[in-house]
Amino acid sequence: MAEPRNAREIFLTFARVGASGFGGVNFWLRRILVQEKGWVTDREYLEGLAIGQIIPGPNVYNLTVMLGYRFGGVRGAFAAVAGLVGAPLAVLLIFGVLYQRYSALPVLHSALKGMIAVAAGLLLANALSLAVALPRRARPWIFLALAFAGVAVMRWPLLYVMGVLAPFAMAAVWRRR
Amino acid sequence: MSDWLALFWHFLLLGSVAVGGVSTVMPDMYRYVVDENAMITAREFSDAYALAQAAPGPNALWVTLLGLLAQGWAGALATTLGILIPATAFSLIASRLHARHADTPLALAVRRGLAPVALGFMLASGWLLLRSIEQDWRGYALALVSLAIAAGTRLNPLWLMAAGALAGIAGWI
Repeated sequence: MAEPRNAREIFLTFARVGASGFGGVNFWLRRILVQEKGWVTDREYLEGLAIGQIIPGPNVYNLTVMLGYRFGGVRGAFAAVAGLVGAPLAVLLIFGVLYQRYSALPVLHSALKGMIAVAAGLLLANALSLAVALPRRARPWIFLALAFAGVAVMRWPLLYVMGVLAPFAMAAVWRRR
Repeated sequence: MSDWLALFWHFLLLGSVAVGGVSTVMPDMYRYVVDENAMITAREFSDAYALAQAAPGPNALWVTLLGLLAQGWAGALATTLGILIPATAFSLIASRLHARHADTPLALAVRRGLAPVALGFMLASGWLLLRSIEQDWRGYALALVSLAIAAGTRLNPLWLMAAGALAGIAGWI
């Protein structure tokens, strides 16, 4: 498996993820780190995302800290997050200043509508590709379906769905050993 | 205590309990900046969220925009650091623990057990993102075409993003 050479390469790679990630960075993180660079496998990516989920804070941000740490220790972790949020923060602040001066721009809202539809398609494609990395047994798929139904159909807060499903999901794996 | 410092402490607290992502503490952010302290209006709150979707990077960074509108530059720094400091600290601790105990039953149970749950949430995010904009069948068709192209080809998806933006501006969506 390939590995980053130094903190600079970690920074530059995550900067590409951050700058490309319209509508969320999940898709780009997998695209660039798994498919293009080959630094992690689909399975490791998915498991990292699972751990990022139970740590407070943005999930992909947590995953970025953990991947950066794995590639280059604490230095690698800070290189990764600096790359991930640097450019987006600059863009956001420019948007904010423009908004305060001109209020909402109608053309931005219309462009946004199309971009959100595409972003949703990309995220769903990502999830479907990752689903291939799940074991071919019924139980993981049941937990997947319950997690989806709780949040997307019932619109329950993610924290509650997580709080109820997590102990059972972990116990199921524990018992199989 | 100055307003932005109070904002920082409040977001630091929210950041420390935001298990599952920043969206889980969004209702409390709303209560604090709109209802209790009247730093911004409800309209500005939702505009900040929508505007941030048009920027690249993690969606959670919309708190930066929220801080900027609420308390200027100091506010932007307060909300951003408030959310990112606990996330960084907890993730580093988790990394260290995991590096040392990767093969223990508990670490395995967390990784393997929660993977399908995380995947279910990812599917839900895609679905809710699609439902968040008012649209007819054309929006769903665009999402479906994007899904097929992203899953089936090596085309750089930034082209899809650009096409989506143009379709939106042209009024097709």
